[in-house]
Amino acid sequence: MVRVVLPRILQGLFPGCCLELEVEAANVAEVMDRLNARWPGMRDRLCDSTPKIRRHINVFVDGEKASLTTVIPPNGEVVVLTAISGGL
Amino acid sequence: MADKVLVLVGTKKGLFIVEGLSGRKSWIIKGPFCETWPINHAIADPKTGAIYAGGGNEWFGPAVWKSTDFGRSWTHSSEGLAYPEGETPIKSVWSLAQSGDTLYAGVEPAGLFKSEDGGASWSHVQGLRDHPSREHWMPGGGGLILHHIVADPADQKQIWVAISAAGVFHTADGGASWEPRNRGTRCDYNPEEQRYPDYGQCVHSLVLAPGGKQLYQQNHCGMYRSQDGGKSWESIEHGLPSSFGFPAAAHPRDDGTLFLCPLNGDIKGRFMPDAKTAVWRTRDRGASWQAMRSGLPQDNAFFGVLRQAMATDRLEPAGVYFGTNTGLLFASPDEGDSWTTAAQYLPPIFSVETLVVPG
Repeated sequence: MVRVVLPRILQGLFPGCCLELEVEAANVAEVMDRLNARWPGMRDRLCDSTPKIRRHINVFVDGEKASLTTVIPPNGEVVVLTAISGGL
Repeated sequence: MADKVLVLVGTKKGLFIVEGLSGRKSWIIKGPFCETWPINHAIADPKTGAIYAGGGNEWFGPAVWKSTDFGRSWTHSSEGLAYPEGETPIKSVWSLAQSGDTLYAGVEPAGLFKSEDGGASWSHVQGLRDHPSREHWMPGGGGLILHHIVADPADQKQIWVAISAAGVFHTADGGASWEPRNRGTRCDYNPEEQRYPDYGQCVHSLVLAPGGKQLYQQNHCGMYRSQDGGKSWESIEHGLPSSFGFPAAAHPRDDGTLFLCPLNGDIKGRFMPDAKTAVWRTRDRGASWQAMRSGLPQDNAFFGVLRQAMATDRLEPAGVYFGTNTGLLFASPDEGDSWTTAAQYLPPIFSVETLVVPG
């Protein structure tokens, strides 16, 4: 199992979604699959159709910036954050 | 009770619903909705009252939002709203339209999608991007965007779309095949001998007048009408203060009446001409134009009106509305004769549409 931490802003897009959960996943792409199965549409918010993690979304695996193919060790932690973006 | 108007205002920071009170004399503002995402366009289904808002967020990508309770609650979806893996991903939804029970969404990079389930899922109208001209489509200042979708209410297989800066395209078979419809519209930015190409025009706005016989377009380079479904266009810019502007709005019942907001030119700041606000109205299909100024700022009006930011309502007399890129919303309850400020201090306004509901 891996621990997944999501940004609070996702609760505005997916009312009721929890911010910390545990899933079975061997890599980040599988984490996205699990999230999307539980909250349909969440993968589209975090990943584009390339497919890649969206430009202004950061995913860290055990503290290291990750891509969809990054392998997650057993009992690893995946943290999803919104990156700096915006302007006016 | 009298019907009331809801003005759907898409802005850089969310959708606002501006509700008309007292016969369109006073207004209350609700919002921002859609989690303050940039909303490029919002429409409403006049039969059900469902509101759809399309946009895109720098963090979370494109989506179409939906409310079935006049904005109190919202869902969103981008299921199927994607190009194949490896292609440039969709950045944002730019335009929405309804034809029968089918919803259409125009996106950036330019393409068209449709939904048969009320916006829950989307499928690509592949035929448009299969057009051989696509490799030559060039983005305008706002990007390579499909910003207007005009569906023929009398023939659901007939659709026109406007792409900056590829021009107008038309399908007669529900989107399977398309052809450019730009003959007679000018490209001032091309060499002189190439001013009238088949495609590549910078169309800014495209509207179908009631009755389905008259198309109008505001272009980067002129104002035009077509009486043959866009096969040919004729200039109707004589009498206007400028050939440059963005939006156009048709009257709900009179196909000869049209409203425009010409600006002072494409390289002069894109402000109101002489910094004095006016909506220009024709009653004779563009043969002549009158400036409507009563109640509008006549000093220091250094703002513009973007391509989807003007609309009419279906009441009698028709209301006219426009929003500025500085967050002002103006309303006329009498077809442009007089104006009031319906909202101010909003974020930059990208689009304006209306929904009339029972009071």
